[in-house]
Amino acid sequence: MTAVAATAAKAPALSVSVRRLLDRYVLRLYVILAVAYLMLPIVVIALFSVNDPIGRSNFAWRAFTLDHWLSPFGVPGLFDAVATSLRVAFLSTLIATTLGTLIALALVRYQFRGAGSANLLIFLPMATPEIVLGASLLTMFVSIGEPPFFPLSEFTILIAHIMFNISFVVVTVRARLAGLDRNLEEAAMDLGANEWTTFWKVTFPLILPGIVAAALLAFSLSIDDFVITNFTAGRTVTFPMFIWGSYRIGIPPQVNVIGTLIFLIAVGLVALSVVFQRRSARA
Amino acid sequence: MADVAVRLVQLTKRFGGDATGRRVAQYVEGANPSSGFLAVDHIDLEVNDGEFFSLLGPSGCGKTTTLRMIGGFEQPTEGRIELQGVDVTWLPPYRRNVNTVFQNYALFPHLTVYENVAFGLRRRKVADSEIRKRVLEMLELVELPGYERRKPSQISGGQAQRVALARALINRPAVLLLDEPLGALDLKLRKQMQVELKRIQKEVGITFIYVTHDQEEAMTMSDRIAVMNRGRYEQLGDPEALYERPETRFVAGFLGVSNLLPATAAESLNGHAAFRLSDGSTVRVPAGLIETGRNAVSLGVRPEKIRLIEVDKEVPAGMNRAAGTIVDASYLGVSTQYIVALRDGSRVTVYEQNVERATKAELWARGEEVVMAWSPDHCFVVEEENGATEPSVDESVAVA
Ligand SMILES: Nc1ncnc2c1ncn2[C@@H]1O[C@H](COP(=O)(O)OP(=O)(O)O)[C@@H](O)[C@H]1O
Ligand SMILES: [Mg+2]
Repeated sequence: MTAVAATAAKAPALSVSVRRLLDRYVLRLYVILAVAYLMLPIVVIALFSVNDPIGRSNFAWRAFTLDHWLSPFGVPGLFDAVATSLRVAFLSTLIATTLGTLIALALVRYQFRGAGSANLLIFLPMATPEIVLGASLLTMFVSIGEPPFFPLSEFTILIAHIMFNISFVVVTVRARLAGLDRNLEEAAMDLGANEWTTFWKVTFPLILPGIVAAALLAFSLSIDDFVITNFTAGRTVTFPMFIWGSYRIGIPPQVNVIGTLIFLIAVGLVALSVVFQRRSARA
Repeated sequence: MADVAVRLVQLTKRFGGDATGRRVAQYVEGANPSSGFLAVDHIDLEVNDGEFFSLLGPSGCGKTTTLRMIGGFEQPTEGRIELQGVDVTWLPPYRRNVNTVFQNYALFPHLTVYENVAFGLRRRKVADSEIRKRVLEMLELVELPGYERRKPSQISGGQAQRVALARALINRPAVLLLDEPLGALDLKLRKQMQVELKRIQKEVGITFIYVTHDQEEAMTMSDRIAVMNRGRYEQLGDPEALYERPETRFVAGFLGVSNLLPATAAESLNGHAAFRLSDGSTVRVPAGLIETGRNAVSLGVRPEKIRLIEVDKEVPAGMNRAAGTIVDASYLGVSTQYIVALRDGSRVTVYEQNVERATKAELWARGEEVVMAWSPDHCFVVEEENGATEPSVDESVAVA
C-alpha cells in the first residue's frame, strides 16, 4: 500500500522536474542558438573589419589590425559611394515622409472620389517585385530620353527611392492616424484652434511617433536598396553597388568597417525610436 | 429676463443623400433610402440664458447630431442656428462662443492637465500670468487642485471628466454643450457628479445643454427637458410637467412607469370630462386635458398614484375607482409592486409604500379582490395605441 502511494507520488514529481529542466535550460539554449544564428553574419562582418588580409581577398582570418578603422575610406571610390547613398537616403526619406504623411492624412481624414482606389493602389509598389519595378523605371526613363531623366543619374535614383518609400510611409502613418480619436481634433477646434493650429498642436504631435517610425523605415530601405538602384543608377555608384562591384576582385576590409558602422548606427536609431515610442506611449 | 441663448429654427440633418448614404440608409429602420437618413427633423427650440436644458431620448434619436450642429462639427441640411441672436449656422467651431464636453472627454493625451485646461486661453493669446491664475481657479472649481502636472493617462475617469469640464468652462462660453458626460462613470460616481455639475452650473451661471438617455439624470438636474424621439422632440417642459402630464405615449413610457388604459369619451360629469374604460367603469379627468374631436384615447395613471382599498370599504368622494384582482405582488423593500387585473383582463401596475402594510402577512395576497382609487387630477390622456407616434422604446409596464 505504501509502496503504491510512493510510486504514484514519484511519477508527477519526475515530470515536474523534467519540465523545470526544459524551462531552465532547453528554452534558454534555443534562444541563444536562434540569436547566434541571426547575429553570426554581423559578427563576421565586424570580425573581418579588423583582419589584415594578404592582397585584396579578405576571406581568411590572418591577423588583427585597426588600420582599416583608422582609414575607413582608404579605397578609391568608396567615399563617393557612401556619400551618394547617404545623400539619396536623406533626401528620399525627407521627401517621401513629407508626401507620404500628407497622402495618409488625405486618405484617413477626407472622403473624396477615388479614395478607395487610392487606398488600394498605394499598396502596389510594396507588392510588386523590385526587379519588375526597377526594369519598368528604367524603361520609362530611357523612353523619356531627356535630362534630367536621361542619362540616368543620382536624380533618377532619388526619384525611384522616393517612389517606393512613399508607400511604406503612407502605410505606417495611416495606421497611426486611424488610431487617432477624431474628437481630439474637434476638441481643439472647439477650444478656438483653427485648422492650421489644430494640426500643429494636436494632430502632428500625436502622429509624430508614426512619422518618425516611417522615416526610419524609409531611410533603411533606401540606403540598403540594390535592385531598383542598379536599374536606375547609370554611372552613379551607391554603397551597395560598390560592394557588388568589388566582390569579384575581393571586398576590401573598409567595406566591413562601413558595414559595421551602419549596423551600429541602425541599432542606435532603433534604440532611440523605442525610447521615443515608450515616452509617447506614456504620454 | 430670459434672453434666448440658443435658438434652433427648423434645424434638420439628413445623413448621406449621396450613394454611400443611400446604402447606409437601407439598413437603418425608418430611413428613406432615396434621400438618406433623417437624423434631426425640423427642430424649433429656444434655450434660455443661464438655463440647464436637457435633450433626453433613446439612443439614435438624434441628440448627438443636434448637439454637434450647435457646436459646429456637423453642418445642417436645413435650418438655422442662432447664438445670442446671431446666426452662427455656417461658422466653424472655433468662431462660436460655445464649448463642448465630449462623451469620451477627448483630453489631449500629449499635454498635461494644466496645458489641457489652458488650451483655449492660449489660442486667444492670453498672458501667461492670467492663464496661470485662471487655470488654478478652474481646477479649484472642479476640485482637482494639485493635478496640474499629471498627464490624462495618469488620472481616473471621474477626474478626466472634471478636467474636460474645466477645459471647456475656462473659456466662459455663452453655452456649454455636454454629450452624455457621465455615461462612462459608475453609478455612485455618476450620482455624485450630477450634484457637482448642477452646483458648478449654478456657480458659473452658464447655459448648459445636456444630452442624456437617462431620464432620472435629466430630471435631477434640468430646469427644462426636451424629450426626443426619431429626430424631433415630442414634449418640452420642466421635469414635473413631463412626469405629471405627459402628452404622448412615448413620453409617458420614457419618463418613469405609466399605466395606459384604452378609453373612449363619455358624457362629462360635474365639471370633469369623463371616459369609459374597457371594463365598463367610468373615470373622470380634468376638463382641460381633452382635445375636442378625440374620441378613442389612452388614459394614463402613474402606479404610485393609485391606492388599493378593500372591497367593503368606502372609496373617498371624488376619486376615480375601478375594481380588480391582485395577480402578482413583488416586495421591493421601500414599496410593494402589485399587478392588478381589471374585470376585462387588462392589467394595472400599482406601487404601494410599505407604511400601513409593512410585514409579509399584511400585504395584499394574490387572488384578493381590491378596489383601485385615484384622483382625477392624477390622470393624463395620450393618443391611443397604434396612434400617430408609436413609441420605439419598450414600455416595460405599459398596460394592454
Ligand atoms: N455620420 C453619420 N452618417 C450616417 N448616419 C449617422 C451619422 N451620425 C449619426 N447617424 C445616424 O443618425 C441617427 C442619430 O444619431 P445620434 O445623433 O448619434 O443619436 P443619439 O445621440 O441620440 O444616440 C442614428 O440613427 C445614427 O445612426
Ligand atoms: Mg449620442
